[in-house]
Amino acid sequence: MSKKNKLILNGKKKINRPKTNASLQKTSVSLPKTKGKQKPVINFKTDWQYASAPESISHIQLKKRYELFINGTFVAPDKPVYFDTINPATEQKIAEIAEAGESDVNKAVKAAADAQKYVWSKIPASERAKYLFRIARIIQEKSRELAVIETMDGGKPIRESRDIDIPLAAAHFFYYAGWADKLNYAVPGKTPQPLGVAGQIIPWNFPLLMAAWKIAPALATGNTVVLKPAETTSLTALKLAEIIQEADLPPGVVNIITGAGKTGSLIVNHPDINKIAFTGSTDVGKIIQRSLAGTAKKYTLELGGKAANIIFEDASIDQAVEGIVNGIFFNQGHVCCAGSRLFVQESVFDKVMRKLKDRMETLVVGDPLDKNTDIGAINSKAQWEKITKYQAIGLKEGGECYQSSCSVPSQGYWFRPTVFWNVSQASRIVQEEIFGPVLTVQTFRTVAEVVEKANNTPYGLSGGIWTDKGSKIFKMAGELRAGVIWANTFNKFDPTSPFGGYKESGVGREGGLHGLMPYLKY
Amino acid sequence: MVTIEKSERLKILKTYKLYIGGEFPRTESGRYFSLKDADGNQIANVCSGSRKDFRNAMVVARTAFGKWSKRTAYNRSQIVYRIAEMLEARKNQFTDELTIQGVDKVKAEREVHEAIDLLIYYAGWADKYQQLFSSVNPVAASYFNFSLPEPTGVVSIIAPEENSLLGLVAMIAPVITGGNACVILASESKPLCAVTFGEVLNSSDVPGGVVNILTGSRKELLPQFSTHMDVNAVFYGAGIPEELKEIQMNAALNVKRVADSNVMHSGTGKEMQDPYLIMNFQETKTIWHPIGI
Amino acid sequence: MKYQLDKHPIDQVGVEERVARFNSRSIKKQSKVQAIKLAISMLDLTTLEGKDSAGKVRQICAKAVRPWEGMEDVPSVAAVCVYPNHVKTAKRALGDSGVKVASVATAFPSGNSTLKIKLEDTRFAVNEGADEIDMVISRGRFLCGEYDFVFDEIAAVKEACGEAHLKVILETGELDSYQNIRLASDIAMDAGADFIKTSTGKIEPAATLPVTLVMLEAIRDYFYRTGKMIGMKPAGGIRKEKEALQYLVMVKETLGEAWLSPHYFRFGASTLANDLLMQLQKEATGYYQSLDYFSID
Repeated sequence: MSKKNKLILNGKKKINRPKTNASLQKTSVSLPKTKGKQKPVINFKTDWQYASAPESISHIQLKKRYELFINGTFVAPDKPVYFDTINPATEQKIAEIAEAGESDVNKAVKAAADAQKYVWSKIPASERAKYLFRIARIIQEKSRELAVIETMDGGKPIRESRDIDIPLAAAHFFYYAGWADKLNYAVPGKTPQPLGVAGQIIPWNFPLLMAAWKIAPALATGNTVVLKPAETTSLTALKLAEIIQEADLPPGVVNIITGAGKTGSLIVNHPDINKIAFTGSTDVGKIIQRSLAGTAKKYTLELGGKAANIIFEDASIDQAVEGIVNGIFFNQGHVCCAGSRLFVQESVFDKVMRKLKDRMETLVVGDPLDKNTDIGAINSKAQWEKITKYQAIGLKEGGECYQSSCSVPSQGYWFRPTVFWNVSQASRIVQEEIFGPVLTVQTFRTVAEVVEKANNTPYGLSGGIWTDKGSKIFKMAGELRAGVIWANTFNKFDPTSPFGGYKESGVGREGGLHGLMPYLKY
Repeated sequence: MVTIEKSERLKILKTYKLYIGGEFPRTESGRYFSLKDADGNQIANVCSGSRKDFRNAMVVARTAFGKWSKRTAYNRSQIVYRIAEMLEARKNQFTDELTIQGVDKVKAEREVHEAIDLLIYYAGWADKYQQLFSSVNPVAASYFNFSLPEPTGVVSIIAPEENSLLGLVAMIAPVITGGNACVILASESKPLCAVTFGEVLNSSDVPGGVVNILTGSRKELLPQFSTHMDVNAVFYGAGIPEELKEIQMNAALNVKRVADSNVMHSGTGKEMQDPYLIMNFQETKTIWHPIGI
Repeated sequence: MKYQLDKHPIDQVGVEERVARFNSRSIKKQSKVQAIKLAISMLDLTTLEGKDSAGKVRQICAKAVRPWEGMEDVPSVAAVCVYPNHVKTAKRALGDSGVKVASVATAFPSGNSTLKIKLEDTRFAVNEGADEIDMVISRGRFLCGEYDFVFDEIAAVKEACGEAHLKVILETGELDSYQNIRLASDIAMDAGADFIKTSTGKIEPAATLPVTLVMLEAIRDYFYRTGKMIGMKPAGGIRKEKEALQYLVMVKETLGEAWLSPHYFRFGASTLANDLLMQLQKEATGYYQSLDYFSID
């Protein structure tokens, strides 16, 4: 008799399986009812709650007003225009930030050009490296302060700014530092040279990390920098300016000027800038690309995305659910590579949805400074309105919607983790980048079908694949037209790992060896 | 009255057509322009390709891209080598065509030889650039992480006026060696070699649609080549700054990659040998996977 | 085959990252006090040594009922866990305190014996008054893929338990992979386990957070599927209050309110008790404590 038959015989006939664990269940405090077709429900509203655990803000040093960092010093803008930076969790003003006008941009570019020509290109590459190492170390030393400021200014949970943004920012400087005197190995067969002055414009979702992504490779390759942070999140870039002063970087090598889109366009169109590095929306990226037509400026663009996160039936489902959560709810969904389009193989749809909803119930939304917060404040009122608008569109399009039942504070901009299903490729919430904690779910049956749907977008930044089968991972990774593929994981970043998109998600790569190329002529 | 002497045979004139999807159609527009030599003698009627011809070429190029990009590197290498073999066999024809279009005989011969050598050069790269430009990235966590180049997709190419064969080959070779498909606009003043090169491609195992060649007015077609929303990248080799600017502006419509090269219209074959030209039409893909049991 | 190893794939890195995220929860003030008391009430105070004696068993029973005289509202622990021959002593010492007696059985800790002896071992402990039986699975057979053998053995022991609750020890430190642990959990639950338990305490590594997470997720799937609640007991290696609270965070966020109870979650430990008590006193007084002020039993 085969083993198979024996098992069935043993399992079903010979052995008297105990019917229930009834005796134990009698004493259960809140046993969910399981009558008829009603599904067993897990109650996450527990008697034991986490007390608030706010990170202390007593040790941070912030000025009331921040000037422009040009040529190694903080200087007032020529026209005394300032704007407020707001804590999106409290709607309170934190500080005033200078707005750089045309003459200020000119000064910053001049300082950078002079520094490149007379200082930065003259000192040995190995010395350049030492400055970068030094900056990395000071970021590490001040990491707690930087994390708190990042969270106050941008609304992201302290857990993320503390564990991800700030350590990665330091790691980027540390990684690129070592490249400074090894560039000949990076571009085989060529003798690479710096481009000159890099104008860098960064977004509000990872303020200090993006500054590090931009500045570290630019300096390692011998360029100098004029950087503009996003107007809603300037503070950590300005703290970085203080760190750069403390590191004794020669004046003018890094200039950090603040302001909104107008300041950015002054940088983009400045004739003495040799390279533009932009991270932000695809719409703005296209305007920049157009502006640069006919110039000799090199550029890298890191733009929007609408990543497919694909769950196959043979995936490790519990880890996949965690990957879905990391994919879309990390940083309130303010992530260009967010896994915002979930594709679930039909056979496991119910299972995945149930687990996802349960997991969403355990996400803590609220005070970003609380160490237990998973989802912080939406970065700005404008962004909150955009997400809310998309939610309405999703409902109007007939999607089914689930939001976690968590409470949110009355003050500030908040959005509960949200998932839509019964949506199609044609739905706007499936096509357009929402940049918030809103997930859409579609089902699929075959590999060919999901590949076609996943690639059916103008974007191509990232994608997720969840399956236990190795060969399927490589097949899928090859088929997806996207720059970063996370297989059995999602939203992982590392300074050694190149990042950037296909199609309308951008041009060029940042990070790793490949991140050096856009800052060099060869 | 025309009399035909016994010994005199009427020469067969070649009809120069487009090369789209592995076939040689006439332009759908029915338009042509007369190509004349320096003395004003008629050489040929050349198709004046239209926006619809370009559209048709894009459709077949997109389809061909999928399969071409999945060919093994070894296979692509052999096919590019095969193009060189076919070109070598027909080099006299190309020399003659260059000559009747006004290129000095010695220079024409050199141009054909350089074009052949260039194909050999890129045939050799087909299974090597991936190794040179890929990486295993030592991320600070339990993940295996690697980056590799993948072809960008469909590339539209504006070939130079001079170097009408060499420049054409030098622009096609890095693009298809890297697994892309392309639609190319031939030299407007010297279009003959481009069409004949289509015949070479057609007899050299290059799948139909991987390379598509149009002849016609650059002024008219340049906007099509740079605005089409299914074009992933534009490769410009004609060396006119205003045209390049127009392409760059149009490229922003869908974030096309734009590469330009000044060596195509004025350089030597040696100067056109550069693996970084392959890399202009590659995307770096990075893949993460956990390491565990 | 009814049981297939690849039915529930588990990704090691994913599990460990999830655990790291649980561990980033910050438990402070009232929340901490509440959690420590809950953890004390979930203790299976354990002595499983060759040199165990009636005197030793009576000592831990005394500690089980009143873990610490120094504070009013410290709860009793859930159970004491002893070898079968000490069940009677423990039962007598605990009286009507409500603290249960758990006994290891089935040729603990290796499980290398005949089913007949394992069943006799079980019946003996039950007859002596054990409320709970902690059995071990046959790991050797499991690793050879003889899942039906493992299933049948558990089912037979369950039958021998009668009214006593059955905790099934998987000895996860010998099972090599999370996927094996997941499968062993499924087999144990299907075969009638009331609790699944990580370890004997005799093999390193004993209980770990990732292993426990895999088992909690197996319990959750079983609950989704059947509506039945199975308990979880990490045992061995948990010595510090901070770790205990990390386990509770994991239970709270994986299985919710219903499992945050001694009926469904236990800690198999001995030295953990004093650390919980020290931290409780620290919360009350604000001073860091010394072991000199807590009885070592």
